Amino acid sequence: MTTITADTAKTTAADTGFIAIPEKTARLLATAGGILTVISCFLSWTWTAAFPGDLTVYGYPGGLQWLVLIGGALTTVFGLASYGIKGLRWLTPAGADAALKLAALAAFATAWYTIITITVTLGGVVNLEPGGYIVAVVTLLALTGALALPFERPALDAPDPDDTPWEQRKHHLGNTWTTVKAALATDTPRPARTLPAWAEILLIAAVLAVTLGVFTYGITTPYQELFLGFLITAGFGFAALNKAGLLARFTALTAKHRNVALVGAFAAAAAFPLTQTDDQYATLGVNILIFATVALGLNIVVGLTGLLDLGYVAFLGVGAYTAALVSGSPNSPFGVHLPFWAAILLGAAASMVFGVLIGAPTLRLRGDYLAIVTLGFGEIFRISMNNLDGVSGPDLTNGPNGIAGVPNVDLFGFDFGANHTIAGFTVGRFANYFLLMLLVTLIVIMVFRRSAESRIGRAWVAIREDETAAEAMGINGFRVKLVAFALGATLAGLAGAVQAHVNYTVTPDQYVFANAVPPNSAFLLAAVVLGGMGTISGPLVGGALLFMIPNKLQFLGEYQLLVFGIALVILMRLRPEGLIPNRRNQLELRADLEAPTVLGKTGV
Amino acid sequence: MTTTTTATAETVLDARGVTMRFGGLTAVKNVDLTVRSGEIVGLIGPNGAGKTTFFNCLTGLYIPTEGEVRYKGTVLPPKSYKVTAAGIARTFQNIRLFNNMTVLENVLVGRHTRTKEGLWSALLRLPSFGRAEQASRERAMELLEFIGLDHKAEHLARNLPYGEQRKLEIARALASDPGLILLDEPTAGMNPQETRTTEELIFAIRDKGIAVLVIEHDMRFIFNLCDRVACLVQGEKLIEGTATEVQSDERVVAAYLGEPFEGAPGAEEVAEVEAAEASQTAEATETPETPEAAEAAEATETAEAPETAQVTETTEAHSTTSTDGEAK
Repeated sequence: MTTITADTAKTTAADTGFIAIPEKTARLLATAGGILTVISCFLSWTWTAAFPGDLTVYGYPGGLQWLVLIGGALTTVFGLASYGIKGLRWLTPAGADAALKLAALAAFATAWYTIITITVTLGGVVNLEPGGYIVAVVTLLALTGALALPFERPALDAPDPDDTPWEQRKHHLGNTWTTVKAALATDTPRPARTLPAWAEILLIAAVLAVTLGVFTYGITTPYQELFLGFLITAGFGFAALNKAGLLARFTALTAKHRNVALVGAFAAAAAFPLTQTDDQYATLGVNILIFATVALGLNIVVGLTGLLDLGYVAFLGVGAYTAALVSGSPNSPFGVHLPFWAAILLGAAASMVFGVLIGAPTLRLRGDYLAIVTLGFGEIFRISMNNLDGVSGPDLTNGPNGIAGVPNVDLFGFDFGANHTIAGFTVGRFANYFLLMLLVTLIVIMVFRRSAESRIGRAWVAIREDETAAEAMGINGFRVKLVAFALGATLAGLAGAVQAHVNYTVTPDQYVFANAVPPNSAFLLAAVVLGGMGTISGPLVGGALLFMIPNKLQFLGEYQLLVFGIALVILMRLRPEGLIPNRRNQLELRADLEAPTVLGKTGV
Repeated sequence: MTTTTTATAETVLDARGVTMRFGGLTAVKNVDLTVRSGEIVGLIGPNGAGKTTFFNCLTGLYIPTEGEVRYKGTVLPPKSYKVTAAGIARTFQNIRLFNNMTVLENVLVGRHTRTKEGLWSALLRLPSFGRAEQASRERAMELLEFIGLDHKAEHLARNLPYGEQRKLEIARALASDPGLILLDEPTAGMNPQETRTTEELIFAIRDKGIAVLVIEHDMRFIFNLCDRVACLVQGEKLIEGTATEVQSDERVVAAYLGEPFEGAPGAEEVAEVEAAEASQTAEATETPETPEAAEAAEATETAEAPETAQVTETTEAHSTTSTDGEAK
């Protein structure tokens, strides 16, 4: 058990960890701490069930205990892998130590968050059972051990003694930051062992199933404490897996079997409503899907073509209003009831027309000017919808009251409003819409992928990179940008048509620039930037997170936007390329390339 | 070096009386230039002479204030993408590759005008889409082989060394199957070895039947390469002729090095020159090198306006040429 692996042996005596403990002891402490964390999750942490998610039972973890258990398990696994045990080495292609530190941090943060919340909520440490103390101690031990692991110390510059104290403090902070980054540095990943194709596909399926599990868990967290715990564990756990090199390996696999991965992800997503017994979380699911899909449509405009569109939500609105107007709603002045397929096509077409109408004058501008003008057009849309109420203008949209009572979709005799039983699973209203929306998402994904990998997609990227050079290469910049703008608008229109039916009501207030709750233009843009510009999965993940967080953390109330802003700043500081970086970044970081280059701010 | 029979060759580019004014500043004044097929024509001149501005007039980045540019007999449209479609490709003085695209993708972007498949074809993935894409790729790989970068097709453009970036720009321009290629300082910043290979590359391009118009400051390079050389000074064409003619022309020498000073330099003149230099360094943001100083000094001579104003104007001419494109 105590054989030291190659990656730990190369650290010299000068390379120490943050805490002065001999390496062997530290490693043992971290690994044992991980194991003990897992065990302690089976203990009772508090005496009363008043704290949500019954943590009182011996022998069966509940609520937050599960999250700590996962953190502990990750710590254990990475700890054992760092000993170089045969069967576990594949888990850490990029070295185990950094992953171990983050995993220990995940367990520690979640456990201490839980303990502190119990103490605060129930009023005093007296509410803790011995198990609570034990878990606090063992996670702390595991973290201590992990932090004591030696790492290659970076060469630091001493501050200039002539500087002001403030400058010196800044310098020290910078040095600390460099050290922290060095502590989490990874080795160059070992080359992957090639598996047979079926095994790789199975692996993709397994990972997708786990991802579905994680997402479902996040969506269905019934109380805020659990969701916060989930965010902590998922955040650090994700980082640990990333540092272990597993995410890169999985991305490589999906790049190899793209269609399998797409079908797998689609199947996994389609399985989501089947795991839901009531409509509460399916509602959240369908709204997440709508938001994420619109973000993906925006990614064509922002991520590929590089046009900063701050009024994109208007196109969602155009689609929603169009579909609602022809849906047979009692508020609609038209009084027609078109079938859904016609309504969604009409919604998309109307959005496209608006995209062209708005794009034609605005796309002659570049950069900041374009952003401001699109912002203006977005607001013009909302205000127009507010005023087309029969008083200030023709009666079209029923003003601020919106178009209510949009009937349920009835597609070829399948009533989306009713419960259906499919293969023993009851599929409720929102689950029906979830599956419908999933189809739309699939369409958007296909459109994004196919257009990006074609002549027009290359022209978009060329425009984003250097518009003058692109024009000199024979690209009609205006036309190509207009196509991108109109295509993005069309895709938003598709989603809007579904949204109108899901939410029953379409009001102008849903389509503002910035608001505490998504969807709005600011959040859409944030989802794209946060997730990763120019990628498919980036906006989907970013959109899901940005939709879930305001929904789950209601207690933040008015401070929601503040917290959101701070979180965004921190994330952009730590990972400017977004959660899921572009393929080009991977290309850049590939070993056989010349020198690794510094990434641009956009991460593409 | 290689003289072609110009009598039978068809005129590819015919610029007549091209004048470009930016407000009160005339950057290019009444320039005529013809390029015949199979010819390499050089365009030289001191910094700020209006060479790049003239290029921008030819490629539709600027619309000339006066005069017209014909390509194979038809007047060129005033949009750069239409010029490229008509058959004139160009490179840029400061490299303008698509940095975050691969080498192959850069060349594929250059194929844009010669391919037709649009959004629908891309979305529906019709068989014609696959064929067109395949053909584009093959053509792009051919071009990369031609410039010797085929082994780096999947690298990001920004990761290429400087010399290869210059070459890639040429390949990207060639991808649009031009009849005339305009090279704006293709050897700027290159070592003699790289300059040699570029020279060979340009000959190879000429041998493909593509006419070449090249701006360059490296005189050895230009006089080796070009069948004809035109010299632009202060926006006006000073002389056009064979390499030897231009090389031995006194006005060209004067434009680059200044007039030989006649008479003994007294203490008075020395003080005057020093004062002028001091004011120049104060006025100009970029410190002028010797030829530039000479040029600026000459500008002062021809001007009626006070000295300082003139110097600022020359500096402005510099900035317009270096930030071409953005002005548009």
